[in-house]
Amino acid sequence: MATLELAHDRPGAPAGEGTTQALLEVSDLCVNYGAVTAIRGVSLSVAAGEVVALLGANGAGKSTMLRTISGLIRPRSGSIMLDGKAIHRLPPVRIVGLGVAHCPEGRRLFGSLTVAENLRLGSAARVDRSGLAEERERIYTTFPILRERMTQPAGTLSGGEQQMLALGRALMAKPRVLLLDEPSLGLAPLLVKQIFRTLAEFKAAGVTMLVVEQNINLALDLADRAYVLRTGEVSLAGPAASLKADYEKVAAAYLGVRP
Amino acid sequence: MSIELYIAQQLINAISLGSLYALVAIGLSLIFGILRMANFAHGDMMMVGAFATVVLQWVGFDFGWAVVGGIAVGALAGVLVERVAYRPVRGAPEVTMLLTSFAVTYILENLGILIFTSSPRNFPLPDWLNSAFQLSDGQITFTQINILTVVLTTVALAALGWFVTRTDVGLGMRAAAEDMPAAHLVGLDVNRLIIVAFAIASGFAGLAGVLWSAQSGVVDPHMGFTPLLKAFVGAIIGGFGSIPGAVIGGYLLGALEICIVAFLPSQVSPYRDAIVFALLIAFLLFRPNGLMKRTQEVKL
Repeated sequence: MATLELAHDRPGAPAGEGTTQALLEVSDLCVNYGAVTAIRGVSLSVAAGEVVALLGANGAGKSTMLRTISGLIRPRSGSIMLDGKAIHRLPPVRIVGLGVAHCPEGRRLFGSLTVAENLRLGSAARVDRSGLAEERERIYTTFPILRERMTQPAGTLSGGEQQMLALGRALMAKPRVLLLDEPSLGLAPLLVKQIFRTLAEFKAAGVTMLVVEQNINLALDLADRAYVLRTGEVSLAGPAASLKADYEKVAAAYLGVRP
Repeated sequence: MSIELYIAQQLINAISLGSLYALVAIGLSLIFGILRMANFAHGDMMMVGAFATVVLQWVGFDFGWAVVGGIAVGALAGVLVERVAYRPVRGAPEVTMLLTSFAVTYILENLGILIFTSSPRNFPLPDWLNSAFQLSDGQITFTQINILTVVLTTVALAALGWFVTRTDVGLGMRAAAEDMPAAHLVGLDVNRLIIVAFAIASGFAGLAGVLWSAQSGVVDPHMGFTPLLKAFVGAIIGGFGSIPGAVIGGYLLGALEICIVAFLPSQVSPYRDAIVFALLIAFLLFRPNGLMKRTQEVKL
């Protein structure tokens, strides 16, 4: 494990990288929310360096999927493997430590803590403590506004700045897979564009991402592949380019009409 | 006696009493912040700390080391209670946690009665603590215990302030108190944070117990009850869950109680507790978030 390179330190890492094993492999996952079945038998995979979009209407199970991968919710059955190691029975702290960072819906910053303190907590579970300062420096270079606001409570930032900080906090974990839940939520169109430009830069730098997003066009522009979830099941999956070309099929998958 | 000197004397009394309330209230707020639980067994850590100090003196430790030991035993007892009683019901409905803490109170207090009987015991103090400073021809009296209380409380508060703003674990505790699911997501070791919170809270209660007993001169198994209720009032006035709020609330309550006794007609004094609890009701009705507003939490 110790010799594994981190995806985002490897510019332009090709997807799959010669092995057939995906970095993140979800198989036949079922998740219950009390009596309600939120996810029924979903399988999906994300290869190293790949960006995968998870699409679907509200309540389709996208966020539940990410939260189950992060260990916040225990699956009823099925498995989640990270680099061949089962993680679906581990507590969140171990999963983050193994390199799954989660940038949650609504950002969920610690509002009374400063920008710098939020970033510092992002590296809490990191086993490899080397290069923390460089990581922080890289984040401040990517988002110069965060450096300016370093000593300000995170709660006083604007929505766009908060999203940048949430991304930065997740990156401080030096993730092997970055889970993004609705990075565009509640942001003005211009800011959404800016955030997705940054995500494209992350992708170019080789960061592996699983992105939940309501904005289908933006998501398909960014992603290599996409899955559409409907009522807890995969209703459509394929390369982003071909899904984008067949918009009607995607819409049908959202609504559950099988063409 | 001039009014200025009288006020100065009451100020000393208020700070001394407020320090004790603040020490206990901080622990309640720390635990509530991180577990959303009103820990009714918190006052018993005062009893544990005070009894441990007495026992350590019996075995021959001198007072200073006995106090250090008493605080440590208090902290340890808190951690133990968390592990044995609270962790199994973590995540259960709030009522379950509340009732569990009542059960812990009963067990600890009855254990205290079994070991030490229910009659108050003398709290031994070294001679140097039994003296007092007198100023202005004896019109103002500082007991050594007043001074010890203020010094130790100041040191404890400063150390806590440093801890929660400068260390990873302290920052993590504040983060977990603000948003527990997000704390899990960034990879904070929440179990460890909760253990540390209980250790600090209970250690502070242990210290408060020692100081309380030093002032009253006795220890008994039920000694934690009244200060616990007062600390609850202080914590709620300050804003339940907020550390600065608990400090402010504790000192305000101490000042209020001293004012009632010192400046109102003596017929009012017996109603001191009634006034305090009336204030609590007023706060719960009109300002339930207390003086220090907690940041709004978002449900995931």
